[in-house]
Amino acid sequence: MSNKINNSDSPGKPPFWNDPAVRSIFFQTLLLIGVFGFLYYIASNTLDNMAKRGISTGFAFLDYKAGFGILMSLIDFTESDSYGKTFFVGLLNTLLVSGIGIVFATIMGFIIGVTRLSKNWLLARIAAVYIETFRNIPLLLQILFWYFAVLRSLPSPRQSWSFFDSFFLNVRGLYIPKPVFESGFSLTLIFLAIGIIGAIFVKKWARKRLDATGQPFPVFYTSLGLILGLPVLAFLVTGAPLTWEMPALTGFNFTGGLPIIPELMALGLSLTIYTAAFIAEIVRAGILSVSHGQTEAAHALGLKTGPTLQLVIIPQALRVIIPPLTSQYLNLTKNSSLATAVGYPDLVAVWAGTTLNQTGQAVEIILTTMAVYLTISLSISFVMNIYNKRVALIER
Amino acid sequence: MTHKNIAFFTTEQLPSLAPPSNTVGATAWIRQNLFSSPINSIFTLLGLYVVYLTIPPLLNWAFFSSDWSGTSRADCTTGGACWVFVQVRLQQFIYGFYPSTDIWRVNLGFLMLVALMAPLFIEKTPRKGLLAAFLLFVYPVIAFILFSGGSFGLSVVTTDQWGGLMLTLVIASVGIVASLPLGVLLALGRRSDMPIVKSSCVVFIEIWRGVPLITVLFMSSVMLPLFLPEGVTFDKLLRALIGITLFQSAYMAEVIRGGLQAIPKGQYEAAQALGLGYWKTMGLIILPQALKMVIPGIVNTFIALFKDTTLVIIIGLFDLLGAVENAIKDPAWLGMAIEGYVFAAAVFWVFCFGMSRYSISLENKLHTGHKR
Repeated sequence: MSNKINNSDSPGKPPFWNDPAVRSIFFQTLLLIGVFGFLYYIASNTLDNMAKRGISTGFAFLDYKAGFGILMSLIDFTESDSYGKTFFVGLLNTLLVSGIGIVFATIMGFIIGVTRLSKNWLLARIAAVYIETFRNIPLLLQILFWYFAVLRSLPSPRQSWSFFDSFFLNVRGLYIPKPVFESGFSLTLIFLAIGIIGAIFVKKWARKRLDATGQPFPVFYTSLGLILGLPVLAFLVTGAPLTWEMPALTGFNFTGGLPIIPELMALGLSLTIYTAAFIAEIVRAGILSVSHGQTEAAHALGLKTGPTLQLVIIPQALRVIIPPLTSQYLNLTKNSSLATAVGYPDLVAVWAGTTLNQTGQAVEIILTTMAVYLTISLSISFVMNIYNKRVALIER
Repeated sequence: MTHKNIAFFTTEQLPSLAPPSNTVGATAWIRQNLFSSPINSIFTLLGLYVVYLTIPPLLNWAFFSSDWSGTSRADCTTGGACWVFVQVRLQQFIYGFYPSTDIWRVNLGFLMLVALMAPLFIEKTPRKGLLAAFLLFVYPVIAFILFSGGSFGLSVVTTDQWGGLMLTLVIASVGIVASLPLGVLLALGRRSDMPIVKSSCVVFIEIWRGVPLITVLFMSSVMLPLFLPEGVTFDKLLRALIGITLFQSAYMAEVIRGGLQAIPKGQYEAAQALGLGYWKTMGLIILPQALKMVIPGIVNTFIALFKDTTLVIIIGLFDLLGAVENAIKDPAWLGMAIEGYVFAAAVFWVFCFGMSRYSISLENKLHTGHKR
């Protein structure tokens, strides 16, 4: 019999309303129209409402005089500076408290995370209590507690607690000696940079030598010597161009020295303590994620605990630790916006708080604030993605 | 050969001796866990010292020399914690400014919630789907009518009178329930093949995840009235809820996306082989597995949301923390800051710790990995 293939048996093209390509284009167009229509609706309403309330649009307000002082500023700021400058003051303050928080939270988090895994039952329990307590209490509550309950009960300036007669702690803040850099100090900094670059090169060279000949090189101590020794040498050679301005009690307050305001202390302390609890859990999860077979194999090769940790466990644990760790850094940076609760002049408090209230330019200000945080988040995520791709396990 | 030393031979097995006294029991445990090496011993002693410095004074302050009963500041006679403050202001802490005569409505609403949710945690209840559907769709309407009144003869209680722990629970529950479907849609959209859908979902998620919740709340309370045509006003609580829901849906989308990524491709292919379209595949095959896999992640997001509800104090809503802050500033109760904050911390801690323990037990129940 004829086995000719009957073409009418093949399905043929579906009707256009069932064709996936057509449907895809249709729904995407619908979505585009919907999104743009919605945005247009919002934008036109906003412009209408702002015109009705007499609020101007645009960024002309950036040049107007601010007219208010800021409690703490890393750059010089007076009331006659512009609103635009308040943005930078706030931004620098946010970066300052975030930086301090990140550094101390990482150190504390790693220590507590490793302690949580300790064989010493008491230490492990203490670390567990710390983690469970501070993870489950809201950050805002912790900030308010540290600021209102603790720092407000510090003594007055005349009865400050003093340490070594140079550090003074009272209700107005912590006063530390201020370093005064004289003219020759830049040489020390240059030598510090040289030391760091030298240490990087030593590490690379030592690695190459190890791979080629198998001979180890004391990289750590050499780098330490370079990074610490070279600047100290330059410092001594240029005649020690560094003096300290000591805080001194004059009248009712302290003059001189570097004041650290209690708001910064409360915010930094609570951010550090809160984030350290999360970082401790991340570190613990990272170290536990390394298969026990790795430790056993390292022991079988004759490695003791120290080299096992350093060469086998921690590099693999870092692969698991770093992504959530960077997301905790992001959280810390975003949480620093809670500074409004205690009056620390960060970006949100100064720019999206005082400046917004005074100028009424809500849309521009809030959008720029969100843009700043978005930029920080996206750049850190971007860097982290690069790191992730580099260390990712390439599986079959 | 004669066997000379017969004493060396026995015919039955000797009874086994007890282990050495320093290898069993409490002494062994202490030696191993607390004093196993010189450094460990030093740390143990330091740890004991730290515990000695902190725990007895804390217990003393909180329980042993504290005032529990009374009506005013004058009743705080001992030097310790003055829980009279908490006891007197307890109604405000829990219900906010809700009128005292109508508190039974709040109690009824939350009792209903507990009664409806409890069977969901017991394995054997039949018709869980029906119960869940009732809880999701019918209960919110009932609760809203109960809390705000206006019909069935209940007096109206406006949302700016809601406050305290009740408001915290309302915001957290609405936030989580509303953000879940939105998060599912966003997660599905992010994994879609259609480029515009995918990029809009990515942009939406990254924007909401990259900004702090405070700016979201500022935006929703300050800018939302500008977005709407004149004359349309939004309740302050509703504005906060919208902001929190959108914020939370981005985090929820990422959690669910993790679950979706873990479903093997074979499931999609099998569904296609059965002739299921996209939505049927998602609804019947993929999402049930993905959501079950990420329940611990969802609970963790809920815990984070619960803690984040405290931020509404910045836009003027008085949740539990707001009520405590308010009470602390009362001139009749000056100096009670520590008691107030400790009470609020204890309440939040109980809720969050309970939920995190539940999440861990869920993870253990559903986990099929290798435990070492």
